[in-house]
Amino acid sequence: MVQDKEGVLPPQNRRTASDGLWIKCEKCQELVYRREWERLLQVCPHCRYYSQLTAKERIAFLLDKASFKEHDKDLKPTDPLGFKDSKTYKKRLAQAQKKTGLFDATITGEGQLGGHKVAIGALDFGFMGGSMGTVVGEKITRIIEKATKRRLPLILVSSSGGARMQEGVFSLMQMVKTSSAIAWFKEKGGLYISILTHPTTGGVTASFASLGDIIIAEPKTLIGFAGPRVIEKTIKESLPEGFQRAEFLLKHGLIDMIVERHHLRKVLIQILDFFKSEKCPL
Amino acid sequence: MNKEFDFERPIVEIESKIEELSREETEESKAEIERLQQKAQRLRQKVFTKLSPWQRVQVARHQQRPGLRNYIDGIFEDFLELHGDRLFGDDPAIVTGLAKIDGLPVILIGNQKGKDTTSNLACNFGMPHPEGYRKARRVMELAQRFHKPIITLIDTPGAYPGIGAEERGQGEAIASNLAYLSRLFTPIIVVIIGEGGSGGALAIGVGDRILMLENAIYSVISPEGCAAILWNDESKAEEAAGRLKLTSKDLLRLNLIDEIIPEPVGGAHRDYDETFERLKEALLCHLRKLQQVKVELLVAKRYEKFRKMGRFLEESKE
Repeated sequence: MVQDKEGVLPPQNRRTASDGLWIKCEKCQELVYRREWERLLQVCPHCRYYSQLTAKERIAFLLDKASFKEHDKDLKPTDPLGFKDSKTYKKRLAQAQKKTGLFDATITGEGQLGGHKVAIGALDFGFMGGSMGTVVGEKITRIIEKATKRRLPLILVSSSGGARMQEGVFSLMQMVKTSSAIAWFKEKGGLYISILTHPTTGGVTASFASLGDIIIAEPKTLIGFAGPRVIEKTIKESLPEGFQRAEFLLKHGLIDMIVERHHLRKVLIQILDFFKSEKCPL
Repeated sequence: MNKEFDFERPIVEIESKIEELSREETEESKAEIERLQQKAQRLRQKVFTKLSPWQRVQVARHQQRPGLRNYIDGIFEDFLELHGDRLFGDDPAIVTGLAKIDGLPVILIGNQKGKDTTSNLACNFGMPHPEGYRKARRVMELAQRFHKPIITLIDTPGAYPGIGAEERGQGEAIASNLAYLSRLFTPIIVVIIGEGGSGGALAIGVGDRILMLENAIYSVISPEGCAAILWNDESKAEEAAGRLKLTSKDLLRLNLIDEIIPEPVGGAHRDYDETFERLKEALLCHLRKLQQVKVELLVAKRYEKFRKMGRFLEESKE
């Protein structure tokens, strides 16, 4: 399925793209045979452009086949502030739910990776820009707490515009909730691998996404606290080439490594294998 | 001189009339002055109890509103500032130091905003860089090791969105503080004294008690930023301010803060001393209570406090 950057691609286009035998690369516009594109995990063979994966696709490709058991599937968002801009928050939620088939912007659960039992969560950028409202915060916190109790390694895959404005300070507090849970998890000896995918910004960067024992990013991923447009507006000058991209963060010592999508599983298994040999200091 | 708000205009008119009359010095004018003063006071009270969220945003950002340095002078004794994060630099937008309140030693962390262009430039308009949050973390560690309670005073538009800030890991600096504060074994009292601007405020905003001055604001995004993104129109900031539920009253109702410190009629900038006295009293009351609680329990309760924040629906348990 072709992922649209802003989550605004009309459903019609999405259907055309997903039903066809060929996929047109969003970046270079080259045609790619659909089966080939899927085999390459939605990376364009011509220009190496990385399409965004849905949370479901992400988890499916990372974990061992048919090993995933979803948790907290029934959690649904509410509209605690009665928020309305040009549309009501309720309406935005309903539209996002219809578009993605999810109640909110994350899927969490347990599964196996290279035979290792892991707790895993992935954000879905297609659902209101992967923004973190209460449901995202709650589900992420619950999976961290479960990983703590069951002594499982934790893998969280981020792609998010940040906190969800429509839930106001409730959203802000999800940053505390998730970060506190990570602090507790680490104190109990848990291993946390944070994977940053395009884009990871705002309140997600400023909470659990940046707290990984090991932080991995996909190539060219936009990662930052403030969005580039906000920065440009503040400093009133244009930003340097490659600013806030994964390669920039690696150079500045903010992430451990950049890993191509097709190597990601292999690298994760290597890390999990390594830490398994050490007994958890619990 | 206080800068008056538009919504204070009727009061200002009465006050200028009072000023005129006071030059006459007759018996009648004295009686009239007294009547008018009472009227002005009543009117001000009425106006300020009914401020719209957008009006409160303006009060929270008032140039003459007491800032961190005023509170340090007005509430604390023996303040000794500590500088630098030992890694990169000293961020003037965050001030940390040793202080005493009614003789009780505390570690103080706060946001420094300016009152005019020069002082604002000196502290980057109260917008911290990563080194500010890392300086705060350094003194948090000190507080824990020597069992000193922490008081944080929040007044920031937000973390600085700039190139250097991103290069040095603004997101990591904030995230680490959230994690660190949640497991810090010493009492923490957080007070939002002016603007509580999103993650940049939250980075020193995790504690056992969250207090808010009556006209302070606390928000996930500035009303202007919210309007620009959701309405595509910054002029909708007034409407966004209403929708975001960023006033102390809203946040208390939503159980996101613990207590509102009432401000003098007309806002904290009208009467510094009264503001200091009220905040000092509240701080001492909470400090004494928190010091009675075993610190392990305190940390467990702090976790639970934030753990409960949020609203969602759940039909069945797994």
